[in-house]
Amino acid sequence: MTLARRNALGTMRPSDLLIPTPAGLWCPPADVYIDPVRPVARALITHGHSDHARAGHGAVLATRETLAIMALRCGEGFTAQRQEAVPGETVRIGPVDFTFVPAGHVLGSAQIVVESGGLRIVASGDYKRERDPTCAGFEPVPCDIFITEATFGLPVFRHPPAHAEVGKLLDSVRLFPERTHIVGAYSLGKAQRVMALIREAGYDRPLHLHGAMEKLTEFYLSEGAKLGEVRKVVAAERKTLGGEIVICPPSAIQDLWARKFPDPVTSFASGWMRIRARARQKGVELPLIVSDHADWDDLQATIRETGAGEIWVTHGEADALVHWCTSVGLRAKPLHLVGYGDEGEADAVAEGADAVAV
Amino acid sequence: MNRFAWLLDRLAYEPRRNAKLALIADYLRSTPDPDRGLALAAMTGGLAFPNAKAGLVRALIAERTDPVLFALSYDYVGDLSETVALMWPARRGANDVPHLPDVVEGLRSVGKTELPRLVASWLDALDETGRWALLKLITGSLRIGVSARLAKTAAASLGGIPADEVEQVWHGLEPPYATLFAWLEGRAPRPEATDPAPFRPVMLSHPIEDGDFEKMNPAEFQAEWKWDGIRVQAVTGTRPDGERVTRLFSRTGEDIAAAFPDVVEALTQDGTLDGELLVRREAAVQSFNSLQQRLNRKSVTSKMLLEHPAHIRAYDLLVDGEDDLRELPLSARRTRLEAFVARLASPVVDLSPPIAFSDWESLAAARADPAAAGAGADAEAVEGCMIKRLDSPYLPGRPKGHWWKWKREARLVDCVLMYAQRGHGKRSSFYSDFTFGVWRVGEGGADELVPVGKAYFGFTDEELVELDRYVRKHTLNRFGPVREVTHTRDSGLVFEVAFEGLQRSTRHKSGVAMRFPRISRIRWDKPPLEADRIEALEALLPPNG
Repeated sequence: MTLARRNALGTMRPSDLLIPTPAGLWCPPADVYIDPVRPVARALITHGHSDHARAGHGAVLATRETLAIMALRCGEGFTAQRQEAVPGETVRIGPVDFTFVPAGHVLGSAQIVVESGGLRIVASGDYKRERDPTCAGFEPVPCDIFITEATFGLPVFRHPPAHAEVGKLLDSVRLFPERTHIVGAYSLGKAQRVMALIREAGYDRPLHLHGAMEKLTEFYLSEGAKLGEVRKVVAAERKTLGGEIVICPPSAIQDLWARKFPDPVTSFASGWMRIRARARQKGVELPLIVSDHADWDDLQATIRETGAGEIWVTHGEADALVHWCTSVGLRAKPLHLVGYGDEGEADAVAEGADAVAV
Repeated sequence: MNRFAWLLDRLAYEPRRNAKLALIADYLRSTPDPDRGLALAAMTGGLAFPNAKAGLVRALIAERTDPVLFALSYDYVGDLSETVALMWPARRGANDVPHLPDVVEGLRSVGKTELPRLVASWLDALDETGRWALLKLITGSLRIGVSARLAKTAAASLGGIPADEVEQVWHGLEPPYATLFAWLEGRAPRPEATDPAPFRPVMLSHPIEDGDFEKMNPAEFQAEWKWDGIRVQAVTGTRPDGERVTRLFSRTGEDIAAAFPDVVEALTQDGTLDGELLVRREAAVQSFNSLQQRLNRKSVTSKMLLEHPAHIRAYDLLVDGEDDLRELPLSARRTRLEAFVARLASPVVDLSPPIAFSDWESLAAARADPAAAGAGADAEAVEGCMIKRLDSPYLPGRPKGHWWKWKREARLVDCVLMYAQRGHGKRSSFYSDFTFGVWRVGEGGADELVPVGKAYFGFTDEELVELDRYVRKHTLNRFGPVREVTHTRDSGLVFEVAFEGLQRSTRHKSGVAMRFPRISRIRWDKPPLEADRIEALEALLPPNG
């Protein structure tokens, strides 16, 4: 590995290149922020989940898909100026090179490689390693410093294969052919992945969708996701959907909305479903452990693959992952970034704003 | 073992009572003896494994995992069995999956030195759900939302009979309950209830609500003080050989007699008393704090007997000698009770006196000032009134329209959130245990907050989500599982805390300890500066308490 040598010879110190601030990770020489939680002049966005992709920045650099998702969710005016980052191509801002590389988290998600003065830092955003038919897979990038999330950074989180979890859902549909199966899934990424996995398992009946997920699902379809026939749930027809699968935002599974289906089976697709209390807190009868984040083993494997000698942990269960890094001889520190984990799986909190419509 | 694990797993995720009943009944119907009886015993708390303890499980996982990672994981998951089940290094196919009867027999009979290796070999062979079920069995509390009563109700449904009929024979039975199942399936006669001192399901009350009084004629009711102790059923009976048996059951049927020899020796008459267990010293009932010193102990020291003497204040009689009185009206049971307590003639058993009242207004006045309304020196241990229909039979469970409780108004104080800790069980992984404080003058003369209590309920699930988020966003410091939350004069979160009583305490920096504190309102609107001061609490302390 030549990186360590380059680092040793380089003039750039890590804290000159990226530092945590209350607004997010800041790159002083380029004056850009990665996934800022407050409005800034220039932002680089890893993916479209609302805690990473916020409206109101002066300029946004992100992948084509992420820009489109931001426009769908926040309106076309989400930023004054947008620039498309093509995966694998380098964009130079001041003395710093930025390269977007697929992160395997949701459609359009990317890691951001930040390189200057012989020092390479990879800000990975949120990522997973398991195969996902709806987005490009994670590509490890050798680096000096790897910045990782730790949403599932505890050794109790080992995700079983997602296709087996979806198999549990289809088994239950066969077992209770008169009941509606209501599957809570985050509306960006998880919902479409679950639908794609259902199709891969050979289920060919129409899938029924909560209105709040319609726009994003249409976008996935237009990008070529194989989701089969998808129908929006019409409130008046809920009584007729016995035996069908309905996908809705997590917050809707406990709503009155969900109670109007025939004897519903409440299901939820999330990495949190590994913890029984989490499932019970949400009244989930059929937990599906399907996550769009790396589990404990994949976090470790990824850290090793990057060859990085130093690890920064942004959010999630940072203490445990930092402890593990230290125990295998890697330098590591938690950044304690605040403001992430308000959407998607990084928090058990449902995406309230998306779930208002029926 | 896999089938048993499957049952527990399904029950744990099933929120609906009727569906739980159906799951258990299906299992009992379709599973052979002795497996089903052992499962029933596990669900009713009928299995005890003296050598298999949580400590054994902790030792096994400590040998196999990093202690820091284990501690962080346990803190997160909030359940020992589940944490170990998830962290256990998988060795699938290492051994054969054990059968439930072999597991129960092994846990019962294998010695302390051999048991860890045996348990480890089972854990190696099982999958995550199987490991979880096995560890639940070992640590003794299943926590799957199934009470003993519910499991017995499901068993009773096999014979199409009410659960009370199973309760009546229950204490004469032993796991794996082959005679019970034979009776329920119509293959054998009803088992003899041979226990001379059985537990009988307790009758519970409903909280009274505003509209209730309009429908209630005061002349048809009796009122008593609601004592701040623990509900007990004191049962004495005689075996055929003449030996006398006395048991002291908690309201869930747990026998706590071993820790209370001072009251057990006073129960010299055959019968079943319903009453409150209290500590009484120098002719006055002591605070719950004092009783707490005696609770959750397997035995008791003579010092404790002297300092915290136990007492039963009786309010009902279920059985008098051989006579089951439960179908008689309360007024008739009360007459028998008075005679029974007189026969005991013991200073540690007395009658809970009726409250004199002519209408609901006068009962309200008594409830507002128990000391003046007959409770006298015991008034500090009164937490409200009980209102009981004079014609009420003694019914198991919480029947409607017979007994009500009318608690005293809680005291309220505005406190500032200072620390938060993750919860366990239902609230696992959320910051849900809150330590809060009030203002006082600090040593330097400036105001400071001093912790006065800790509460982990009183808020809704939605509020919990908001509180959890608030804690994460306002963390100042982390001390292991505890987070210090911003609490300055201008920035912080105010809770309106409700509590039942206040005692002086040397264990708390503030010098006071709250009884039964809970969050009554979250004052998102109120600046911390406007929270209460310690003087407001000190004014509520009993004069010499």
